[in-house]
Amino acid sequence: MSVSGSLREPALAKRHRIGQLFEWACCGSTWFGMVVLSLLLLSIGWKAMAWPIPDADAVDRAAATKTDAKANALLSPRPLSTRFLTSYDSRVPQKAGIKAALWGSLWLLVFVTITTVPVGVGAAVYLEEYSNEGRWKRIIQVNLSNLAGVPSIVYGILGLTVFVRMFGLFGHDGKVLDFNLGFAMLSIPLPFERSVISGALTLSLLVLPTVIVAAQEALRAVPSSIRTASYALGATQWQTIRHQVLPAAMPGIMTGVILSLSRAMGETAPLIMIGALTYLAKCPGKIDSLSAVWQHPTGLLEAPFDVFTSLPIQIFNWVSRAQPEYDHLAAAGIMVLLVVLMMMNTAAILIRNRFQRRTQW
Amino acid sequence: MTIMQSFSELMHQRQQRETVKRSRLVETETEVSKLDVNNLNFFYGEKQALFDVSMTVPERSVTAFIGPSGCGKSTFLRTLNRMNDIIEGTRLTGKVTLEGQDIYAPEVDVVALRKRVGMVFQKSTPFPKSIFDNVAYGPKIAGQRNQKELQGIVEQSLKRAALWDEVKDRMQDSALALSGGQQQRLCIARALATNPDVLLMDEPASALDPASTARIEDLIFELKQNYTIVIVTHNMQQAARISDWTAFFFQGYLIEKDRTQKLFTTPKKKQTEDYITGRFG
Amino acid sequence: MSVAQQSPSILVKNSGSLTRRFSWTRAREQVIRLVLFLCGALSLLTTAGIIAVLFNEAIYSFSGTAFFQTVSITDFLFDTVWAPQHPDKPRFGILPLLCGTFVIAGLGGIIGLPIGLASAIYLSEYAKPKMRRIVKPVLEILAGIPTVVYGYFALVFVTPYLLRPIFQTWLGISVDIFNAMSAGIVVGVMIIPTVCSLSEDALRAVPRGLREAGYALGSTKFDVSLKVVVPAALSGILASFLLAIARAIGETMAVTIAAGQQPRLTLNPFRGMETMTAYIVNISLGDTEAGSMEYKSLYAVALSLFVITLSMNVLAQWVLKRFREVYE
Repeated sequence: MSVSGSLREPALAKRHRIGQLFEWACCGSTWFGMVVLSLLLLSIGWKAMAWPIPDADAVDRAAATKTDAKANALLSPRPLSTRFLTSYDSRVPQKAGIKAALWGSLWLLVFVTITTVPVGVGAAVYLEEYSNEGRWKRIIQVNLSNLAGVPSIVYGILGLTVFVRMFGLFGHDGKVLDFNLGFAMLSIPLPFERSVISGALTLSLLVLPTVIVAAQEALRAVPSSIRTASYALGATQWQTIRHQVLPAAMPGIMTGVILSLSRAMGETAPLIMIGALTYLAKCPGKIDSLSAVWQHPTGLLEAPFDVFTSLPIQIFNWVSRAQPEYDHLAAAGIMVLLVVLMMMNTAAILIRNRFQRRTQW
Repeated sequence: MTIMQSFSELMHQRQQRETVKRSRLVETETEVSKLDVNNLNFFYGEKQALFDVSMTVPERSVTAFIGPSGCGKSTFLRTLNRMNDIIEGTRLTGKVTLEGQDIYAPEVDVVALRKRVGMVFQKSTPFPKSIFDNVAYGPKIAGQRNQKELQGIVEQSLKRAALWDEVKDRMQDSALALSGGQQQRLCIARALATNPDVLLMDEPASALDPASTARIEDLIFELKQNYTIVIVTHNMQQAARISDWTAFFFQGYLIEKDRTQKLFTTPKKKQTEDYITGRFG
Repeated sequence: MSVAQQSPSILVKNSGSLTRRFSWTRAREQVIRLVLFLCGALSLLTTAGIIAVLFNEAIYSFSGTAFFQTVSITDFLFDTVWAPQHPDKPRFGILPLLCGTFVIAGLGGIIGLPIGLASAIYLSEYAKPKMRRIVKPVLEILAGIPTVVYGYFALVFVTPYLLRPIFQTWLGISVDIFNAMSAGIVVGVMIIPTVCSLSEDALRAVPRGLREAGYALGSTKFDVSLKVVVPAALSGILASFLLAIARAIGETMAVTIAAGQQPRLTLNPFRGMETMTAYIVNISLGDTEAGSMEYKSLYAVALSLFVITLSMNVLAQWVLKRFREVYE
């Protein structure tokens, strides 16, 4: 931006300086997020890699209790270790792990997916493809954007009242519905109490608006010529959607769904509301490994109605404990949670990239 | 008037070609009407797009619609299989009958109608699926599950669309890998596979190179032995080459419809003459 | 390529009536349409459920006494003490909770809104495509980090390593372990992606012609960005601010962890405060008996929260619609 010759003007030079400053300020703001992100990851990673340095008192206490070598061998050398992934929570920080939380989160993920995907995609198809009911579409659309702005904790209250307590309809002790499936009994407690299913349904309601909006965008990206061509061949509306529109929109829908689900996996507040925060040393349905599924498959039927904890809940649990060791455990838990979320996001991005390369209408 | 002369030359060439081809056919002298349109008015919201159009489309012939862009010819074509139903806010008065049945009667099933009145679009619209699945789509959704039958239908349709020899060894390849002209013939094959009696074509060759266009035109010529074909084209030479009847649309009105030869050599209306001699449009 | 001789099955014309007949295909179409409609209507049911639950426990109960049937609404809105656990004389003045909520949301806004807007201006007006390709994913990651992580970051790093050295050691202002400032800072970081992506959309929607017209009048890039493009995109930017603040108000975990649990009516950001959301979490952590006043107060607070965030969302949509400049 050199100003030369007769075009030189002192006032203009000043304006250029202001402009330059402004650009730097904007650029700095943009990098601010980057800086915070790296600071956050580095500091938490650093905490996750080592236990706090014990102060003199603690060393004395440890010497006084004389922990023998055998007991020491059971302790993790670092907060983030393989033992961390395979043990339950414990009163001894060095023995604590997130096994229960990992399995709890997995169960939540499964049930949220099962409930959200069909309903969310169905709603999006209704809104995008059957839009001739203009009034309903408008009402639902406005409602969706409002729902997306409702704080997650309010969904927690809804879940608490509707799923956990079921309006108190089933009295103080509740009721159990037993179904004999031939090979096993399926017992459904009513109300659902503080179970996996309550948590999953609550999270489903929470992410449904985002799933619907994402699926709508994917459907909108399908060129209308495909629909017209299908109708011209004598296809009904559902046949057109089922055979042409949905397959074409599927990658986009999946990307949106996975991103929404990863958001659900990080949600804490609604699950705290429905009472998922307790000390827990077991996995839902007592299934703690793939072989356990094989050994007692009925656990799969019990798990949805069992108590649970999840990764963010376990992290919050550790954050709110006093000893400094738990801070480091929480950091380790956060690293695990972030890795899980990162994996889901990577999957979404991979699907998106593949889709973009493949589709040239 | 050189343009008129060039048209009559074209007519002459065409007649020669037709006599060669028709020597193989049994010529029916009487024209049977397939589609009848009476006093059709069409509206997009408040805006009227077609004014009081009436015409008959004879069976087993090629009828071409010509006219400047925006004259309503495509809109009119789409009223013949109710494709305009998909567009919101459209309205229509008047009557369209297919073999005497009013296609806008309340009890008519649009899906059944579109199975009998197929359509091919300006831009080829292959589904992002294999060649086979594209052609088999129509019969499949109509309930044809038998794989043998499907294969037979696909093969015949592709043969009729003069595409079979080019694709028979790669039926499972993506339809999107075909060239533009091949894609358009695939779309014609796909339309034929649902076994329609009427085939509507909306500028089917306008996006193609001259060689592909010629192939499509030959194909249309072949197809009229079995199908009633209605084609919209912005290319007057094309209309003159392939159609038996030509209708000229202007600003939403049907100005004139006649035997192609008559319309191009001795148009009755001044506007028609102006258009085909290139004074406007 | 003669077709005339060709055979049979597909030459048989499907003629006959076009009239609708009952068929399973047609019946199935109707059923599917209904099912899909119900999927869409579920979102309406969710809203209705939220409103019904909050109404029933807070305003007027059909099966017992609701919160506002016991506590007068003036006490709720104007009493300055929130002490629901007090054994003899519990007091339910929401002001301290509102204060905590708005101080933290305000701090978050002071940090997040300008930074978010400046990044949006940079991305839309200055940045090269390569830069955008780096920055956009980073913002997406920031947006995807669970709020519990931000809370942890505030409590374990921001307060001891940023706030205390600066304010307590240098300036001599005492900083509580739990304080509104640290919560405000992380809430500010949290809303940056929201502000940035929504504002950027609005800025990019400003037609190029408007910018060119600005340059043609002898404006610098700074003039064009700040005096032409930003005003033209003002409705979108305002809407993004409103949505971001609504998000900050509804934010739960970070403020629960970082700001503490004392309902306190103060503007000092270095003291601990309790927000509405944190109160709800803390009540549900304890063993509060269903049906007690404390339990019901949770619904009253949630109702206030719902009303505030909903009105901000509605306002944002109204701003977008009302002040949208239509460019052709």
